[in-house]
Amino acid sequence: MPEIKELVKQLADKHGRNRESLLPILQGIISEERYISDFAMTEVARELDMSAALVYGTATFYSFLDTEPRGKYVIRLCRTITCDMKGKKQILRTIEDLLKIEIGETTKDKKFTLLETNCLGWCHKGPAMLINDDAYTELTPEKVSEIIGDYMKNR
Amino acid sequence: MAKTVNLKIDGIDVSVEQGTTVLDAAKKLNIHIPTLCYHEDLCVAGNCRVCVVEQEGAKNLVASCAMPASEGMIIHTNTHKVRNARRHVVELLLSEHNADCTKCYKNTKCELQNLASEMVITEPMFIDLVPFKEYKIDKQSPSIIKDDSKCIRCQRCVRTCHELQHVSALGVAYKGDHMKISTFFENPMYDVVCTNCGQCVNRCPTGALIEKNYIDQVWDAIYDPNKHVIVQTAPATRIALGEDLGMEPGSIVTGKMAASLRRLGFDSVLDTDFTADLTIMEEGTELLTRLKKALVDKDQSIKLPMFTSCSPGWIKFIEHLYPEYLDNLSTCKSPQQMFGALAKTYYAQKKGIDPATIVSVSIMPCTAKKFEAARPEMRDSGFQDVDLGITTRELAVMIKQAGIEFESLSDEKFDSIMGESTGAAVIFGATGGVMEAALRTAYELVTGREVPFKNLNITAVRGMEGVREASVKLENVLPAWSFLEGVELKTAVAHGLTNAHQIMEAIKKGEANYHFVEVMGCPGGCIGGGGQPIPTTPEIRRKRAEAIYREDEGMKIRKSHENPEVIQIYKEFLGEPLGHKSHELLHTHYHPRKRV
Repeated sequence: MPEIKELVKQLADKHGRNRESLLPILQGIISEERYISDFAMTEVARELDMSAALVYGTATFYSFLDTEPRGKYVIRLCRTITCDMKGKKQILRTIEDLLKIEIGETTKDKKFTLLETNCLGWCHKGPAMLINDDAYTELTPEKVSEIIGDYMKNR
Repeated sequence: MAKTVNLKIDGIDVSVEQGTTVLDAAKKLNIHIPTLCYHEDLCVAGNCRVCVVEQEGAKNLVASCAMPASEGMIIHTNTHKVRNARRHVVELLLSEHNADCTKCYKNTKCELQNLASEMVITEPMFIDLVPFKEYKIDKQSPSIIKDDSKCIRCQRCVRTCHELQHVSALGVAYKGDHMKISTFFENPMYDVVCTNCGQCVNRCPTGALIEKNYIDQVWDAIYDPNKHVIVQTAPATRIALGEDLGMEPGSIVTGKMAASLRRLGFDSVLDTDFTADLTIMEEGTELLTRLKKALVDKDQSIKLPMFTSCSPGWIKFIEHLYPEYLDNLSTCKSPQQMFGALAKTYYAQKKGIDPATIVSVSIMPCTAKKFEAARPEMRDSGFQDVDLGITTRELAVMIKQAGIEFESLSDEKFDSIMGESTGAAVIFGATGGVMEAALRTAYELVTGREVPFKNLNITAVRGMEGVREASVKLENVLPAWSFLEGVELKTAVAHGLTNAHQIMEAIKKGEANYHFVEVMGCPGGCIGGGGQPIPTTPEIRRKRAEAIYREDEGMKIRKSHENPEVIQIYKEFLGEPLGHKSHELLHTHYHPRKRV
């Protein structure tokens, strides 16, 4: 775990050690580690001289600050009504078939995690999903197979 | 002078200072607006919405606890719209609240129950969501039970833990309908930074945070013919117990308390005040010894300032957050634990009782004392020194259960031995009291004269300021203490752990050079302890403190070293302060704990 200790220290050096530094530091951990472990949170608490319960509160408030181990690629499929009406269910089934996981799960090789998300703001081009920070829109079962297949093979 | 604003509430004109909330302005007119998340000791949260009122010209109802009064404002507190809104708020809270009231420890003492009763909610319009929630109950702590099924998420506890105690063991986690009051990773309270102070318990409007009660265990011990049940009562219990038994805040009930304990069936009714006096002997001597080693012997290993060690909430705070200062803590056990260690040794010997048959019960204003009694460090008598710690509130319940008409009891005295005490001991219950008691004795020990304050009242260390400083110059000292000639003894007093944090940071930064620091974990000291009658407000704590000092002034002896039973125990049993026996029974060491 010394890497996390070092990472938290670097992030605190960069963003400061005030209460308002908390969010950018947590985001920094996410982009390096994909999730914030309890150890990482205690390190943040120590570095910022604040209570770990407050760090936990902030981390659990934001959906994009994961507190459980995630795969290298986190797929977030939009679950809101527009995407649903445009065929989200078929997209979900396709991904589940391809990766052999259900929503909330991570593949055995720790490469993919499948999650649902609230509106991504792509209602006019639904169904939409995110893979890490990249948005994919107007998905069809074929298109999503191609995208996931590319991630499986080439990344 | 502050600007005043004029407004009209329910047709009545009222002028208030600018910045006053509508809630407080209404109070001035004796108009009662219901509240839940609001608490006098805490910052405004405005999240429960039960205090809404109608403001003419405003589109929505406004939360009166958060809305400042303004010039020309017209407020209605009792319209159809207001009453409907409040009713809906309470009904919505109830829809997620485990309202099995008859099985709740807070039954008849619950603010939510009171509101529901006032609003006559017999046919709720919302679906009961409790069966669909996976609420957790955390019973692992020896001090506090956290039951999420009773929680209305008003966040009084979160604000208490943050604002008053600088601990934040409790925070708000998740959001929306998943939002909950949580410790770090929802770990049990026992396993986090919680100091067990119980201030959250004092402020929880429902039964979501309560003390773990040991009422049945105490009854079992009393009814067991083979047990000798000893009870000790802390200084702050005797000025607060009455509040839970129909009396006014500030009522001194020492004699009634002793009488009621005897009626409950305790075999020996004794007083923690006795060991408070003993603490002064030990701690005062320890302070002077430390000063000598530091000032004369230039011993670098001696840590100053010395911190008092009576408050178990404060001890755990140091263990978690300032472990590098553990050596600054006086090695003295708290009066509760000194008493426990002596009850099963000295008392047992003197009375010819087999210590194995003794059940030692303490009545404390404190929830952290339950944890302290269970500490593995506290077994120097060869047994668990204090078997059961109960709060002032639990004692009040037992008195009611026993059918005792408390107010009509005649005063009785504590048993002897270990029942005699002085005015210096009773003030242990108020912030500044340990300092004052210590100064009364230490000054006299060093100079041979009484402290140079009128009637022995060291007013500089009294009061409700968060941090108070006082210094006493030592002049014309006795020959044995010549190294202290001309020394200005610098002291500080803090109550509530946020103020303790402030002092600790000043010490850490080298901005403070005190010799002796008193910290009590709770606001106001033990009088505002987590085990005291609910509610607590600045006004109630002030009245309790006044009562403590009245009790002190009324005592025949007001200096610990003049307590005849203290003199006797040194002669017959302990030898001298900090002597071999004292070290064995009355002193201890604490250990670092993890920071979360």
